Amino acid sequence: MRTDLAIIADLIKPGARVLDLGCGDGELLAHLQENKHVNGYGLEIDPTNITTCINKGVNVIEQNLDAGLQNFADASFDMVVMTETLQSVKAPDRLLHEMLRIGQQCIVTFPNFAYWRCRAHLALRGRMPVSTHLPHSWYNTPNIHLCTFKDFERLCAEQNLNIIERFMVDAGHSTRPLINRFPNFFGAFAFYRLGKETT
Amino acid sequence: MNPESSASSVGIVSPQRFHHSGDFPLQCGRRLPGFELVYETYGQLNDKASNAILICHALSGNHHAAGYHDSSDRKPGWWDSCIGPGKPIDSDKFFIVSVNNLGGCHGSTGPRTINPQTGTEWGPDFPAVTVKDWVNSQLLLADHLGIDCFAAVVGGSLGGMQAMQWAIDAPARLQAAVLIASAARLSAQNIAFNEIARQAISADPNFAGGHYRQQHRNPDLGLMLARMVGHVTYLSDDGMRQKFGRELKSGDISLGQDVEFQVESYLQYQGRSFSQRFDANTYLLMTRALDYFDPASDFDNSLSAALAQTRCRFCVISFTTDWRFSAARSKEIVDALIRSERNVCSAVIESEHGHDSFLLPIPRYFEVLGGFLNRLHQDYSDAN
Repeated sequence: MRTDLAIIADLIKPGARVLDLGCGDGELLAHLQENKHVNGYGLEIDPTNITTCINKGVNVIEQNLDAGLQNFADASFDMVVMTETLQSVKAPDRLLHEMLRIGQQCIVTFPNFAYWRCRAHLALRGRMPVSTHLPHSWYNTPNIHLCTFKDFERLCAEQNLNIIERFMVDAGHSTRPLINRFPNFFGAFAFYRLGKETT
Repeated sequence: MNPESSASSVGIVSPQRFHHSGDFPLQCGRRLPGFELVYETYGQLNDKASNAILICHALSGNHHAAGYHDSSDRKPGWWDSCIGPGKPIDSDKFFIVSVNNLGGCHGSTGPRTINPQTGTEWGPDFPAVTVKDWVNSQLLLADHLGIDCFAAVVGGSLGGMQAMQWAIDAPARLQAAVLIASAARLSAQNIAFNEIARQAISADPNFAGGHYRQQHRNPDLGLMLARMVGHVTYLSDDGMRQKFGRELKSGDISLGQDVEFQVESYLQYQGRSFSQRFDANTYLLMTRALDYFDPASDFDNSLSAALAQTRCRFCVISFTTDWRFSAARSKEIVDALIRSERNVCSAVIESEHGHDSFLLPIPRYFEVLGGFLNRLHQDYSDAN
């Protein structure tokens, strides 16, 4: 299983109702169905991914995240997951708000644009960063809303989204002590578990 | 094409008849003194009778879904591209049952059947049938065939509505429902088109109040018009432009002649051939069944409450240019299934062919349908 998905799977309780936004080939949901008796749905728009999900017996719904999630009722899921998709949607702020309307909690993962390799790429070569971490060129990238961990946490504060836990990993999805000390410099990817602000 | 030599055809098939001799109550309150259903089967029923798929046909369809009746047949059954060895509805894996609906005109009890109480054909006096009645009659056929639980009930358009009704009315009798280019109920626009078709038929002097057969005539013109307007709604604007454009069949506008566009002659041909093979009273019955279909109405108009009765998994497929049963109608079904926490997958297939897409071998459509059924086959094989 993909390392990042294994990390997310660990954050999900058995029997939870899960909505996976941009579920890709359905790997996470298939794993959760088999191992955690999770009853979930995945939203996806890529035809090849949709077919793969169907072949795996995953509940995949063809739906574009940019068209909104109005068809999902308030508090109808325990967990809403979005893996490395936040940076490619039209309105990440509104989508985050929607995720916490639909789910009790949500898990969001995204690449850190302030990762030291990105900074070095831009500072030393003067060009947009391209690496295994961010593999696309500027002209064909789906990533239209890249941000840093600091940016994301500021948005959470502004929107009253409660960060329940977070952790950062390197480009190989491993945790390192150095990342904990300087997450916005050494962290390549972040996992955030969010809830509604408890006042 | 030689049907027997093709590896992907079910080959020569023979229709069979199921006779139910008991009284059969209908939703309208009337009763049929027994009935017959004509059906075909493809493939082999396994020992546990767990691999059966029921095919539900659309408005003008019938039981002849695949293969050939005779080696001299020019055309195979109406869904031959989809049913057969190695095809999405794979007759090597599944035992496929395809039935002509009650009220039909291809062999099942309908307006052309003799009413035993009068000794004459039912004609316009045949009772109104509903999608629920079809499900009830098909359940009796399933009993007769020894099928306690279908692996899947599959249908496009009106057939998809039947599959949905199956899932609601007989939740223990199917593992999966496949709803293709379907809707949870007709829109006002849909009903309007059906009403135009009905008016065309009943306004034809040869309709004779539905007693045309006694008078040895047929409302050809009315049926032709009904089919022509229906056919336009099954195609898309783009699809028609690509198929016909403004091509002329005859005449020359610049010479001031009367002209005939290709699309005119095509529609007239489709309409005429339909009027020769379809019964007018059946057409009225079937369109009424379509109009009345509304499973949510039994549950305070809540579709999700209706679908909460179901136990099977669903596959909901729609097509981008279908405006008769648009992708938005399928989405209503999917949303209601999610609200009622049912297992469902959905796909919106890119196609230029409008509502008719569900009858065409579109690669992505067949991948989705075949993938879903193949997964189902694996799951019950593992369970056995």
